[in-house]
Amino acid sequence: MSSTVISHDAAHHDSHGHHQESFLSKYIFSMDHKMIAKQFLITGIIMAVFAMVLSILFRIQLAWPDKEFPLLEVFLGKWAEGGRIKPDFFLSLVTIHGTIMVFFVLTAGLSGTFSNLLIPYQIGARDMASPLMNMLSYWSFLIACIVMVASFFIESGPASAGWTIYPPLSAVPTSISGSGLGQTLWLVSMTFFIVSQVMGGVNYISTILNMRTEGMDLWKMPLTIWALFLTAIVGLLSFPVLVSAVVLLIFDRSFGTSFYLSDLVVQGQILPNEGGSPILFQHLFWFLGHPEVYIVVMPALGLTSEVISTNSRKPIFGYHAMVYSLIGITVLSFIVWGHHMFVTGMNPFLGGVFMITTLIIAVPSAVKGFNYLATLWRGNIRFTPAMMFAIGLVSFFISGGLTGLFLGNATLDINLHDTYFVVAHFHLVMGSASIFGMLCGVYHWYPKMFGRMMNAKLGYLHFWLTFLGAYLVFFPMHFMGIDGVPRRYYAFTEFPFMEKWVSVNVLVTWAAIVAGLGQLAFIYNFFSSIWFGKKATQNPWNSNTLEWTTPVEHIHGNWPGEIPAVHRWPYDYSKPGAEQDFIPQTVPFSETMSSNMPHDFEGNEEAERIQEEWNAKNK
Amino acid sequence: MVGNTENTDLTRAKKAQKFNLWLGLIGMFMMFAALSSGYIVYTASGIDKGLKTTLPNTFILSTLAIVVSSITIQLAFNAAKKKDKPKQKLFLLITMVLGIVFFASQIHSWNVLSERGIFFVSNNASQSFLYIFTGMHLAHIIAGLIVLARAYFGVSSDIPAEKSYFRIELANIFWHFLDILWIYIYVFLLLNQ
Repeated sequence: MSSTVISHDAAHHDSHGHHQESFLSKYIFSMDHKMIAKQFLITGIIMAVFAMVLSILFRIQLAWPDKEFPLLEVFLGKWAEGGRIKPDFFLSLVTIHGTIMVFFVLTAGLSGTFSNLLIPYQIGARDMASPLMNMLSYWSFLIACIVMVASFFIESGPASAGWTIYPPLSAVPTSISGSGLGQTLWLVSMTFFIVSQVMGGVNYISTILNMRTEGMDLWKMPLTIWALFLTAIVGLLSFPVLVSAVVLLIFDRSFGTSFYLSDLVVQGQILPNEGGSPILFQHLFWFLGHPEVYIVVMPALGLTSEVISTNSRKPIFGYHAMVYSLIGITVLSFIVWGHHMFVTGMNPFLGGVFMITTLIIAVPSAVKGFNYLATLWRGNIRFTPAMMFAIGLVSFFISGGLTGLFLGNATLDINLHDTYFVVAHFHLVMGSASIFGMLCGVYHWYPKMFGRMMNAKLGYLHFWLTFLGAYLVFFPMHFMGIDGVPRRYYAFTEFPFMEKWVSVNVLVTWAAIVAGLGQLAFIYNFFSSIWFGKKATQNPWNSNTLEWTTPVEHIHGNWPGEIPAVHRWPYDYSKPGAEQDFIPQTVPFSETMSSNMPHDFEGNEEAERIQEEWNAKNK
Repeated sequence: MVGNTENTDLTRAKKAQKFNLWLGLIGMFMMFAALSSGYIVYTASGIDKGLKTTLPNTFILSTLAIVVSSITIQLAFNAAKKKDKPKQKLFLLITMVLGIVFFASQIHSWNVLSERGIFFVSNNASQSFLYIFTGMHLAHIIAGLIVLARAYFGVSSDIPAEKSYFRIELANIFWHFLDILWIYIYVFLLLNQ
């Protein structure tokens, strides 16, 4: 019976698990999934703060395009000569802000943290399938971060071709200053990042498929695991395509090939490259780039499913529908990339095909939105900070998702393409929603990570500043976009039709600054609670999933004795007839005779018979 | 009890690691699938695009070498099943030599191509793709040779038999993949010449 259960009895465990660990092996070169999760999280938070500061810098330029801020020159030197950010540097700020937020914070910081933390915990495994690969995954990620940040300290400045690095700007080193060494460092950094993601993703998939504890069949997995699993599959199938795109780009940059380049004159000089096609890059890039936005949002959806169900004290509404819609999003994510390229001269028929596939994604997304609302409906809601952020995600996912219907329409996109409407759309549906999902996860699983609680009052302050701030920043952008204001433009005062929007930019920038300051509440709360937070109990949220059956103190191998077997799905909250309003997955049906339902036994006649006998006796 | 569970622990970890390799192969396949679709899209963009040449005959030699090496690695794996050490070493060695022959033959093909005036740096990027396909595949061959060498040293050193068997098992899967990958590339290019 216990053939699939790994048992580590206590004596054996002591001889093998508690060997003396040095500082280096415990905190730095750790192969323990819990420590690697914390490494990913803290690195992700640092990168998020960095990228946020970059955004505030370019927001200052957008709000006060003609004003001088001598302080900027003190910090940025020649990039802000005379106290005004230079145009080239403005583009670098936008580029690196996007790159760091999309890849380093919302991909590695989000998936890396919660896959590492929750996969072994929630499926009942001692660790990842390959702890070594897991460690290497973090180290590649860290190197990627360091290289990216280092590009700010070189003479020609960081990459500035946008996070999508479209050629020719990214492929011709002489085109603008950021296209030189800065772009090379960007590519080096991204190579390390892809290595990290592929190693991590392979490990996550393999762990989920091979290392589940007894009784944990696929349909008993929490939605977090489903989301992380499908995210890893999307990553595994799409990141290698970016490798191909980048390899060709590197050859164009450094070896003189013409995959993407043709008919170019740079600074009065005709380039020798002929016959290449920049559209080719866009196809390859968006074949990764679009799945990438689901890599960003799906883990957030998984985390909030868990948090919303736990804190509504209700089973998640439509568990199977939630899984199938995640699968639907996974499949569809690979056949919609063309909607980023409607205005590249694409054949209108092909555009129509991409439009249809794109609009179909609204179906699984809407299923998820409705299921969240139905779970909340008449729930016994506990408004913990994690729950607030989870509800915030639902709000952003809906308000940002709706504008996706406009952009997915090929004809409307001709007007809206590359305007602030797009910026508003993806910052709500993908940026804010995922950041909220990530923060929701941090508040909810903090007790599991650090054994202490975060301060709830600071959590609420953080939530309201961020939530209102995000809407104040991104909502007005819709109107700018409809008016045709293009994104990434440096000075609004240079174009008469944009001048009237400067006053809106001032509002947006102030909202961004206040929301940015609001993050200090989080940073202080996060770091001080590690040492001074209230001590956590084993299961502070009265949750059903397996991670809350492990001791508060982290131990090697997670469970001191045998790994518990799983008997039921993770969403038995407020089950009629049960003694408590939650029944952990480890509780067998034999211990909950008063609350068992006929469908719990999945057609096991013997169990049904025993239950009926019990019912007859106890009525 | 403890011994037993440790064994299950190990088998399970091995199963998971083998699975990791399969997933890795999927990732590598996706990379080449992307290049193939890139090639198709690019080549369709104008009548002046396309390979505009026949593939060098040396590719046939390469194909022979790698197909035979696929057989020899399988023989090495079969020998490992029977715990026949000398045979394992012999076949692994032959596989490595054939791998190197493949490598050399591919490099030679590049020479043949450039003698015909088909260079990597070209305004017809379809021809550059030829070098990209073969070059990326060779990069994987280098990794494959390292894996083979590691399996070989696993047999010759005194690491536990189980471990060395596992190394050959993984090397076997990977090398077959490289063989199939090359056949895919070759057929793809033949259809497009």
